[in-house]
Amino acid sequence: MKRSFESPITLLGARALAPFIMMFGLYVIFHGHYSPGGGFQGGALLAASVLLMRVASGSKTSSLILSNAVTTPMGVVGVLIYFGTGLLAMFLGGSNFLDYEGLPIPGMSPYYLRYTGILIIEVGVGLAVMAALVLIYDKMADGEVSQ
Amino acid sequence: MMNQGLKWMVLLGFAGLMGWGMWGLPDRGDLDAPMNEKTTITGTPTPAAHYIEHAYKEAKTPNIVTVVLGDYRSIDTLGEVLVVFTAGLILILLLTNRRKISALDGGDS
Repeated sequence: MKRSFESPITLLGARALAPFIMMFGLYVIFHGHYSPGGGFQGGALLAASVLLMRVASGSKTSSLILSNAVTTPMGVVGVLIYFGTGLLAMFLGGSNFLDYEGLPIPGMSPYYLRYTGILIIEVGVGLAVMAALVLIYDKMADGEVSQ
Repeated sequence: MMNQGLKWMVLLGFAGLMGWGMWGLPDRGDLDAPMNEKTTITGTPTPAAHYIEHAYKEAKTPNIVTVVLGDYRSIDTLGEVLVVFTAGLILILLLTNRRKISALDGGDS
């Protein structure tokens, strides 16, 4: 494979854009209660910011932002956050699976427990989607380099 | 040349039609809109009106879509997350051993 060199212009542009895309992704996840958005869209935006740095700077520099080895555990953690919220409400609160009324947070009315539960699962969804997208790119890029 | 002109005319015609149709859409959360009635014309009960009336009271969240996805239909969303996660895992399986398999086949990796 022909060796490719990093372009300083591309790198500078990506470095300028990536933090803002990441910030907007977090905003889309955490503001999903009030505006269009949620875990899936925010996760895709977070993955976009990581992938922009991956494409612009090569895997060595960009693995400082998010290491290749971290993506799979991160996806597992995302799914477990979602599943664990449901199980926590079921076993500790005595309600149904994923009925957030049973979440063991003291001093909250059932309405705000639901609000919090939705927020927690959105974070889990965002982590899982971001990890899956970055992981797909990493695996494809690994195959490309090893040839 | 004739074909190009015709193509653009058809495209712009459809764009205009959709833009015109957009003005006739009901407002978000409009309880009087036909799609948000409590029963269909055949008498089947529908959940839309219940969501619009109760979403804010039950979850204190102004975005009805978030409440439906995250609370009322949360097991469906769990399935969606599992689908995304499984797709990622299957891509690991498909892409990781590429070099080993081609070496076993005697291919030029």
